[in-house]
Amino acid sequence: MAHISASVYTSHVPAIGAAIDQGRTQEPYWHALFEGYEFSRRWMARHTPDVVVLVYNDHATAFGLDLIPTFAIGCAASFAPADEGWGARPVPRVIGHPALASHIAHRVIQDDFDLTLVNRMDVDHGLTVPLSLMCGQPAAWPCCVIPIAVNVIQYPVPSGLRCWRLGQAIRQAVLSFGENLDVQVWGTGGMSHQLQGARAGLINSAWDNAFLDRLIAEPEALARLPHADYVREAGSEAIELVMWLMARAAMGDAVPRVAHRFYHVPASNTAVGHLILEGT
Amino acid sequence: MSFSDSALRNIPGTPLFDADQARKGYGLNQFCMSLVNPVNRERFLADPGAYLAGWPMNEAQRQAVLARDLNRCIAEGGNIFFLVKWGATLGCSVQQMVASMTGMTESEYRQMMLRGGRSIEGNRHPGEDGDAQPHHQPQGSAAGVGF
Repeated sequence: MAHISASVYTSHVPAIGAAIDQGRTQEPYWHALFEGYEFSRRWMARHTPDVVVLVYNDHATAFGLDLIPTFAIGCAASFAPADEGWGARPVPRVIGHPALASHIAHRVIQDDFDLTLVNRMDVDHGLTVPLSLMCGQPAAWPCCVIPIAVNVIQYPVPSGLRCWRLGQAIRQAVLSFGENLDVQVWGTGGMSHQLQGARAGLINSAWDNAFLDRLIAEPEALARLPHADYVREAGSEAIELVMWLMARAAMGDAVPRVAHRFYHVPASNTAVGHLILEGT
Repeated sequence: MSFSDSALRNIPGTPLFDADQARKGYGLNQFCMSLVNPVNRERFLADPGAYLAGWPMNEAQRQAVLARDLNRCIAEGGNIFFLVKWGATLGCSVQQMVASMTGMTESEYRQMMLRGGRSIEGNRHPGEDGDAQPHHQPQGSAAGVGF
């Protein structure tokens, strides 16, 4: 049967992707940030899963205002890196896992969750930047990826608790899949940042690090944090952090081992947070 | 009528993109999103006025776009994730666009970020005295409101 061996959490700032693509990761501005992911690249090479279930938000790339799914699962055989206005990132096509994705969709929908099924979409920096951070610049990504896109662009955004419970349902779905696959679940986005209005540039390191502490030790309580707390304390765009709860829930009840923890300010407008949790 | 809870609405210097804003900004945001297509980018750059005329936008939105005034675009229903596609078409970085909403020059904003970003202190509730509060705008020495 499939199993979930680890979860990874990381910011997905587009400027990080641009720095990688342009060969600028050793510049003074970027050096310390990428140093924090060197462990992660080595870890990923040693612990390469068969499939990553990658929770992210689309940024008005695949989904505009015509169609706004709260939760969408990518069931396609592959996904193209998106053109977000600068041309598509020069990264490999993302290979999906239709069999596991369809199985997850089937089990989760029958568990009374509502997922939108996506058979074709491009994937933007929200998905490809975490892959680049963890895998470098390979000719092909080392594993399959099942995209799970969450609406955090237009309110109402799903609650932390809803993301938590969906993560639990995804865990049960993966554990019931007949093939012996090694699966990781990644939660991406955040951490504190605000890109709009007079309060743009907000960073709240104390709040971010308390979030990391609680995500590790008391995630179900953290899942009850209201949206207003994220937005007031950590910026309007910090609402992306609800997605980290989905990945954390997929780890189950056992206390995970913290393999890596990293925090760095700034990456463009954003505080970068990163965790690797291994199942015990 | 929007259903977002009121605690989200009264945060200083922090616009909320809810159903009302999405309805208001539909044409503006869809114009921006059309620019992920390189053919559309070329058409827009060749004749911005003609390209804009093809989208259902009101005069306030058109003027905000022509002035490159992002605070005004957002007030008229624009959302930053759509607006950055328009900025990318013009060759402008996300940081450059974001800085323009604060009244800081891009250099002043970048320096703020390098120093650890904007502090939360005084910026949580109306009536406090933080740098994002209305009585402290503009925050820097940017020449105008456009990015």
